[in-house]
Amino acid sequence: MYNFDVEKPGTIAEAATAMRVEDAQALGGGQTLIPTLKQRLAGPSKLVSLKGVAEMQGISKDGNTLRIGGATIHAAVAAEGSYSALAALAAHIGDPAVRNRGTIGGSLANNDPAACYPAAALASGATIVTNTREIAADDYFQGMFDTALDEGEIITAVSFPIPQAANYQKFVQPASRFALVGVFVAKYTDGVRVAVTGASNEGVFRWTEAETALSANFSATALDGLSVSPDNMITDLHGSATYRAHLVKVMTGRAVTAAS
Amino acid sequence: MTKVTMTVNGKSVSGDVEGRTLLASFLREDQGLTGTHIGCDTSQCGACVVHVDGVAVKSCTMLAAEADGASVDTIEGQANADGSLNVIQQAFQDHHGLQCGFCTPGMVMSAAALLKDNPKPTEQEVREYLEGNICRCTGYHNIVKAIMAASGQDVTAIAAE
Repeated sequence: MYNFDVEKPGTIAEAATAMRVEDAQALGGGQTLIPTLKQRLAGPSKLVSLKGVAEMQGISKDGNTLRIGGATIHAAVAAEGSYSALAALAAHIGDPAVRNRGTIGGSLANNDPAACYPAAALASGATIVTNTREIAADDYFQGMFDTALDEGEIITAVSFPIPQAANYQKFVQPASRFALVGVFVAKYTDGVRVAVTGASNEGVFRWTEAETALSANFSATALDGLSVSPDNMITDLHGSATYRAHLVKVMTGRAVTAAS
Repeated sequence: MTKVTMTVNGKSVSGDVEGRTLLASFLREDQGLTGTHIGCDTSQCGACVVHVDGVAVKSCTMLAAEADGASVDTIEGQANADGSLNVIQQAFQDHHGLQCGFCTPGMVMSAAALLKDNPKPTEQEVREYLEGNICRCTGYHNIVKAIMAASGQDVTAIAAE
């Protein structure tokens, strides 16, 4: 690693100030960032650790909305009972030690194309709350490792509307355990949302044809006539674009069946 | 350099670290606690697992500066007060839960974290919990058996496949 300073603010305001230094980088749990730094793929002048910001910790429920602080670890989300599909997703990120450090804000800020949380946020129509504004999930994800966050902007919380039914199905890449393809299906009173991670060169995306079909008939058979184009799907040594496109439909069907 | 102070195995320790100093490096090189192993250095193998404020973390993927003020427990603090092996360590010896021994400190620390939360895990739960601990000798069966035995469960039916 190149060397850097570490700052540990106690409030969102202090964190925002600390981030104003050139090449400052927010540090959530570091479960992706620290390995990245080890490979010298990043060289920040300063890491601003968000772990000590009390306002960014914890989970609260307000009516039908679950608000999760940006610095909340995966293990805490996994233990929360009011949105079971989200808890189940969190319970299968990485391994137990990783889940004790990694944070939801860190995962969403990084927007790894094979990460799990982006699928939950997009399928739930979540709101990404930052130190300056609120961003709808539909506007937030802008491609592989790319988001609507401005320089120095910090995810302070994420608000999830709790659906009537939901499920996440992850087909794991057997070595890394990241999603080779992961599909999150969420059914709300005004329709069904389907978000896919791991598959596309553009990062997480909504499969809108499936959403229309499932909103009319929430059953795996509603997908029968649909197909997913392999255009712009990821091809790597773990699977071809065609294989991933096929998996999108299979995993969507499994998620619908499990959620029904 | 920044001064960090933390409680390691019940004793207050401090040292000067760079921003980039890993907790694993601080424990091994600054404190001489070389029981915490660095295997893969990429957050995958779990040989570096320690407990920070009571929960298992990979100390090669946490900065020493992040552990400032924390309570850290390592393999060196696991034995009983009289120096004898604790119940998990003894079970690893009794059930041949180690071959080369390199992964063992992380296995024991992960097992301790599991049994704290789930005192009577099923064999499947033990295997799932060890997802982030890799044994390069592939000696998993006896590791799982040792952890089941340490939880006080009968392991005679678990085959040493």
